[in-house]
Amino acid sequence: MTPYGSFTFFIILAVLLTPTAVMGLMGKRFHTYNMVITVVALGLIFASSLKQAAALSLFTVWQLVIIQSYISYRKKSNSNGVFYGAVILSILPLVLSKLLPYFSEVNFIGFLGISYLTFKGTQLVMETRDGLIKKNPPLSRLLYFILFFPTISSGPIDRYRRFEKDMDLEIQGEQYKLLLYEGINKIFRGFLYKYIIGYSINHYFIANLRFIAHSHLENHLYYMYAYSLYLFFDFAGYSAFAVGVSYIMGIKSPENFNKPFLSRNIKDFWNRWHMSLSFWFRDYVYMRFVFWMTKKKWTKNRNLLSNLGYILLFLLMGVWHGLEMQYIIYGIYHAVLMVAYNSFEQLNKKHKWWPQNKWTNVISIVITFHFICFGFYIFSGQLFHKGA
Amino acid sequence: MEFKNEVISLLAEICQDDIVKENPDIDLFDAGLLDSFGTVELLVQAEERFGITVPITEFDRETWNTPNQIAIQLADLK
Repeated sequence: MTPYGSFTFFIILAVLLTPTAVMGLMGKRFHTYNMVITVVALGLIFASSLKQAAALSLFTVWQLVIIQSYISYRKKSNSNGVFYGAVILSILPLVLSKLLPYFSEVNFIGFLGISYLTFKGTQLVMETRDGLIKKNPPLSRLLYFILFFPTISSGPIDRYRRFEKDMDLEIQGEQYKLLLYEGINKIFRGFLYKYIIGYSINHYFIANLRFIAHSHLENHLYYMYAYSLYLFFDFAGYSAFAVGVSYIMGIKSPENFNKPFLSRNIKDFWNRWHMSLSFWFRDYVYMRFVFWMTKKKWTKNRNLLSNLGYILLFLLMGVWHGLEMQYIIYGIYHAVLMVAYNSFEQLNKKHKWWPQNKWTNVISIVITFHFICFGFYIFSGQLFHKGA
Repeated sequence: MEFKNEVISLLAEICQDDIVKENPDIDLFDAGLLDSFGTVELLVQAEERFGITVPITEFDRETWNTPNQIAIQLADLK
């Protein structure tokens, strides 16, 4: 069963979450019950494919062994080699699941959500390296964090220390009431975004484009803007479901979107679009890379360093989406935009070509919007398919 | 107090703007004065000048948002 994919799923969700809400309103601790329903929900989601269920189980055990052994190791020593080894091992299943389809007919490693779950494992290794996770967490809690069902298929990507804080928080009945309202509110916004707006754009506009557009160019142009809007409403809708259900379970999963089409520049866009992913790359790839390069003093050129960081980040992000041409080019496209914007920003600091006021802000938003949509057009793969 | 002033002048260098000194309660990220790159510079300098190591993931933009806040956080880790 696809999470949030059918009416049945929501009915089951409502039944499973009723005791959660009742306990929450009474101010009782409900995390043990929520762990039980996570198992039930995972069972429903993966019941249709035993192969995927097996892959998920294997993956989870793999991550647990790496995390727990690395935490135990880190208490005693801290060698670079072991750290790199642990990181490589933690992303290995994801890499294999992306590469395998090119060599074999059956993909026995991949499963729904592997791309997202990998981030959680790798993150734990990195925070342990930084000395932020010092004790081996209880197994049940680690499992719950990795397999937390509301966000299992496509995020948002939570952070362990944030998640743990929510688990330890004593929620009073009155406070829970607000969480519950907010959660329900988000779920209904999800319905509006995904099943009303997103669905309509796709069903009434994109599916009928060949009757609406008068020329080849028009067709592609309409597709570009419509697909961008569809992608936002579909994904923001899904994220609203995931965050909403998390809230009802007393976990404040991070938000994924903050009005991305109102971004004033491309840097701003990446602080507003798929935030839990871009912040992950910012914190665990870009900043680490720049930090490491600065300490090694390989270059004094700040712009070069920052640009190299952006190129690395966006190439990785592109490849993470998939090894198909469109994702790689999507990554390159955003790397180029970031480097170009970064250079412009530096020059503008000196020369003040582009002042900040109401009018320039509006113009910036409009320009950025078109660049973003072209990016999604690349992402959609339409450029690479003949006869669209 | 002296430490706080040192942190604020370090921030003024990194942000290349003296507004940091004039208004030490300004939100550096909202104002576009500090970004990820500037943050890394701050962390590197904190280590080199003050001998304070701040793990990158410890730095979250909600609590490390103003010059005053950053000074308080760094003083805590001293």
